[in-house]
Amino acid sequence: MKFRTILAAGLMALGLAGAAHADDGLDNPSRNPFYDGLKGKRVVFIPLAMGFDLTEGWAAIMRKQAADLGYTLEIRDPNWSTDAGTRALTALIAEKPDLIIAHNPDVQSYARLLKRAMDAGIKVIQLNLESVVPTDAYVGADWSRVGYIEADALVKQCGTGSGKSGKIAIIRGQPTAASDLYELYAYKQTFAKDPAIKIVSEQAAQYDPAKARAIMETVLQQHPDLCGVVGNWDNQDVGAGAAIQAAGKANDVYVVTSGGGNQIGCDNIQKGLLDLIISYDVPLQGNAINQQIVQTLLSPAKAGESKTSYYTPLTLLTKDNIGPRTCWSLDQLK
Amino acid sequence: MAKARLSQEGVVFALAVALFVVFAATLNNFLTAGNLIALVRSVSILGILGLGMGLVVIGRGIDLAMVATMVVSLSWVLSMAQAGMPFDTALVYGALLALAIGLASGILIAYADIPAIFTTLAMGLVMYGSGRAFLFQIDVQNSPGGVDWFDFLGRGAFLGLPMPIVAFAVLAALVALVLMRTRFGRFVYAAGDNALAARITGLPLRPLIVAQYVISALIAFLAGVVMAAAVSGMSTRVYNSTMIYDVLLVVVLGGISLSGGRGSVRNVLVGTLLVGVLLNGMTILDITYTTQNLIKSLILLLAITVDSFINPRDEQTSQQSQGDI
Repeated sequence: MKFRTILAAGLMALGLAGAAHADDGLDNPSRNPFYDGLKGKRVVFIPLAMGFDLTEGWAAIMRKQAADLGYTLEIRDPNWSTDAGTRALTALIAEKPDLIIAHNPDVQSYARLLKRAMDAGIKVIQLNLESVVPTDAYVGADWSRVGYIEADALVKQCGTGSGKSGKIAIIRGQPTAASDLYELYAYKQTFAKDPAIKIVSEQAAQYDPAKARAIMETVLQQHPDLCGVVGNWDNQDVGAGAAIQAAGKANDVYVVTSGGGNQIGCDNIQKGLLDLIISYDVPLQGNAINQQIVQTLLSPAKAGESKTSYYTPLTLLTKDNIGPRTCWSLDQLK
Repeated sequence: MAKARLSQEGVVFALAVALFVVFAATLNNFLTAGNLIALVRSVSILGILGLGMGLVVIGRGIDLAMVATMVVSLSWVLSMAQAGMPFDTALVYGALLALAIGLASGILIAYADIPAIFTTLAMGLVMYGSGRAFLFQIDVQNSPGGVDWFDFLGRGAFLGLPMPIVAFAVLAALVALVLMRTRFGRFVYAAGDNALAARITGLPLRPLIVAQYVISALIAFLAGVVMAAAVSGMSTRVYNSTMIYDVLLVVVLGGISLSGGRGSVRNVLVGTLLVGVLLNGMTILDITYTTQNLIKSLILLLAITVDSFINPRDEQTSQQSQGDI
């Protein structure tokens, strides 16, 4: 009797244990290759410079994932010097990290070095500013599309049927950068289609708001009936906006630009310095680049074997659609 | 100067006038009050920096750290103000930093006899680097709102003239006064003309040199205050631009000889004016960025060449320990 109870209890316990065992779930077999494939990998990011909204935003998001997944992310900051960037790249080719993320100051300078890096077996992703050499991946804005959207918006404001002068000023950034060249092509293509549009000025401000301001002051003196301004970057064109506001023409001149969707950009729309920002949304780009980093590191393809592009989504920011949470601040990303 | 001698200042002034006339005749709206004010306003900060550089160059030195001093001290001020410090207190700290930079450069040049061009070049790099590393993180600092006099300095006007122009004029008058009417000013000329002779005569040469760099650093700080007020912020990227060469362009173009001892505030004004007319005209003509740079650098080259013809190297002074810069 006693023995039987013990046996029964024992069997029950065993059964329970067995059942519990079945409820432990499964160890996902594809999980380990994912983490093992990333652990200890070395990724190096060469930005234009640290210390401004775009690169700080991307870096914050990339750092988080690197820490999560156990690969290292180093940043070599050339601080706006193409020379220093070139040297960093040359050094990296000898150091052989697993992946280089390059933010090109212009379409030519890094091109040959990026190709050499791929020849040396280092995978390369280009971020937001491409060079003429396609690499393993490009993640970033489609600058031609940004340009077409900007130009279309201005044609709507100033073109045939608007009843305005049709005079437009173009403020370029760095005249050799991908963003600048591709946008300019789109502007010219679009403006050429509307006979009412006249390009009255095409000057470079080199990302400097003070320069943009000086240019705009002169242009406004020359063309008091200016209708629109299209610029390369919100952080720069805010200077043009300031000149327009100082001249009391904030309601007459429509300022279109593009940017990363940082809170400062939104503030500048609120202040009436800018009218439309085509935002390439840095947090979104950060997630896209993170996904691309993992994919490129895990891919069995050799460096330079397969080449992909992902053009990140664009958002149009105007006074009418920005709310308190439309734009991002660095503290949110960190 | 009894005979009408061809001085560089004269040449440049004539050139500026000629350009001015050509632009006035050919460009619409060039000769309007609005455009002329915009013209001077756009070069007023360059002009203020030129005043400091001019003083140092007259004393036979050069201060390549001016733009770094301006950028670092003001960025620090603005970032402290953003962190909640009263703006005036922050300004005092910024001025002290500028003073320290000038003092350090001056002491190295005067007492350690390191050539000014290398000292200030390195000092600029050191200051910019430590600024980025320790004093501020983001490369564009915005001005704090609600400081009335600061807003007025940036956007206000006095007798119809924008405040940056007024600030330039006042500083120019002050520097002119110091150079022409004070003992210190005369000493600067003497030391610049022939440092050894000045020392033998009994001038306190080394303290004099230190004082020049302190003044140029403080002028750089003031230029920064005006700039931060005018564009409601300070971008540290200015340091990476060609601004310091533009400042030199203003000074050398105006006719202050790089071999020291010659020139005055008038030269800075003339140089600033020519650069202003040139930049304004080229923007109106919509000349491309690369061509603008080419024209600017060709003119600098021309000015330096003319300088070496009009102010030939002096056997006596070029053999001094420091040599020409």
